[in-house]
Amino acid sequence: MSSQLAASSSPALAPAPPPAAAPAAPKQHGDAPGQRMRRTALGLLLPATALVTLELLVRGGLIPANLLPAPSQIIDTLRDLGTQNLLGHIGASTLRVAAGFASGAALAVLLGAAVGLTRHAEALLDPTFQALRAIPSLAWVPLLLLWLGIDEAPKIVLIAIGAFFPVYMGVASGIRGVDRKLIEVARLYRLSAVGLTRRVLLPAALPAILTGLRNGLSLAWMFMVAAELIAASKGLGYLLSDGRETSRADIVLAAIALLAILGKISDSLMAAIEKRSLAWRDSYA
Amino acid sequence: MTIALDIHVREKRYDARVVLRDIRLQLQQGEVVSLIGTSGCGKSSLLSIASGLDRNFNGTVALDGKPLQGVSRDIGFIFQEPRLFPWLTVAENVAFDSNNALATQRLVTRLLAEVGLQEHASALPKQLSGGQAQRAAIARGLFTQPRVLLLDEPFSAVDAFTRMKLQDLLLKVAYQHKLTVLLVTHDIDEALYLSDRVVLLDGGLTEFHPGPAPRKRGDMDAARLKAGILASLHV
Repeated sequence: MSSQLAASSSPALAPAPPPAAAPAAPKQHGDAPGQRMRRTALGLLLPATALVTLELLVRGGLIPANLLPAPSQIIDTLRDLGTQNLLGHIGASTLRVAAGFASGAALAVLLGAAVGLTRHAEALLDPTFQALRAIPSLAWVPLLLLWLGIDEAPKIVLIAIGAFFPVYMGVASGIRGVDRKLIEVARLYRLSAVGLTRRVLLPAALPAILTGLRNGLSLAWMFMVAAELIAASKGLGYLLSDGRETSRADIVLAAIALLAILGKISDSLMAAIEKRSLAWRDSYA
Repeated sequence: MTIALDIHVREKRYDARVVLRDIRLQLQQGEVVSLIGTSGCGKSSLLSIASGLDRNFNGTVALDGKPLQGVSRDIGFIFQEPRLFPWLTVAENVAFDSNNALATQRLVTRLLAEVGLQEHASALPKQLSGGQAQRAAIARGLFTQPRVLLLDEPFSAVDAFTRMKLQDLLLKVAYQHKLTVLLVTHDIDEALYLSDRVVLLDGGLTEFHPGPAPRKRGDMDAARLKAGILASLHV
């Protein structure tokens, strides 16, 4: 059936003038300095309250100081350790974490990208990695000691194993989860596989990749302690071990406090990188 | 008139389900054609085939008489959603296909002015309203200076007032760029307002001619034609 009210062949139309562009109303992102200070104060409230309470309970004799020293005693211990190569211990641990995290994360980015990008790589590698991921960190230790001795190599490899899996998961799942509609747009522009990866897949997967890196760094600190508890003569894990062997709970707690501080600093750095890199994201916070 | 785009689909199926069979749609140069039909009738499939994005069909697509072997710079595509890359600014999105910075800057500035987004070149997509984002998508679709523009329900996600503004914008750019336009829409009024020819896809193709341009929104001829289209659909 055809209905023809009037013949028309001219596409020429008198267009309406373009409407004036209303200025976009940028959404508010980031906090004002006052808000940030209030949030920091709120974050400090719980640990400060716990420390003050602990100090009072220990000084009041309600908790034996040899089992749980007062925070002031831990600060004294840290001061003492400061005169006995504390920086050397911190440096050794930090370097191990840096080396292990860098190598584990680099390998994870490469393999995660391969698994995310190609179904063949996924079929080949992913089942094995998922099985390896389930192995507890301490299970690797005897094998690494057997293979690599007791020097730096087994510690760095153990940390690398710890960092590898969260980063691998972040990269692979991030790439696999890229919005199909964006890839369809990219296909219109005839991008090569490399161009598609560089210009669309990696930026789109960046939130998941950065989350993986952040989790990987956090696990690198945990695996560092596991590595140093077993065979080390330097490092925060060694301090933990030394404190236990000499029944010095203050040293153990000082090392734990340092681990918390270093972990928080490294995580804050990663969070800052994440926030800066993902400023384009239209997210809740 | 010269045939700009010639789409001939002998068969398009998804697994066992045939969605298009023996469809031939030819667009004359400079013509604005709307493709309408019920959900699932194969409108978007036909558009995807025309764009070169879908090559898994039995048939041919020819641009100016030459068979298309896939996507082409000569065919622009505007999706239902803006689909801007959220990590790129508006200008970077528009120039996504570029590798010439200087020529790009001039072209982007001109295109953004045409779509009324000149003040938003450095904005991120998250800072745009739905209508502004779709304007940016139109500018991106025009960046390769295509001869044919395909649009898949491009205004369905915006409010009625924005939709009318975007419809007028489409007519303006189609005229200024001498574009041949194939628009998929479920809105019969939109099809009648924008098109030289309205094609109803319902197993086969049925054509309707809204009349000479410029058109008025909701005039009596359009109302009669709309009734005819609805009767064809047994609505």
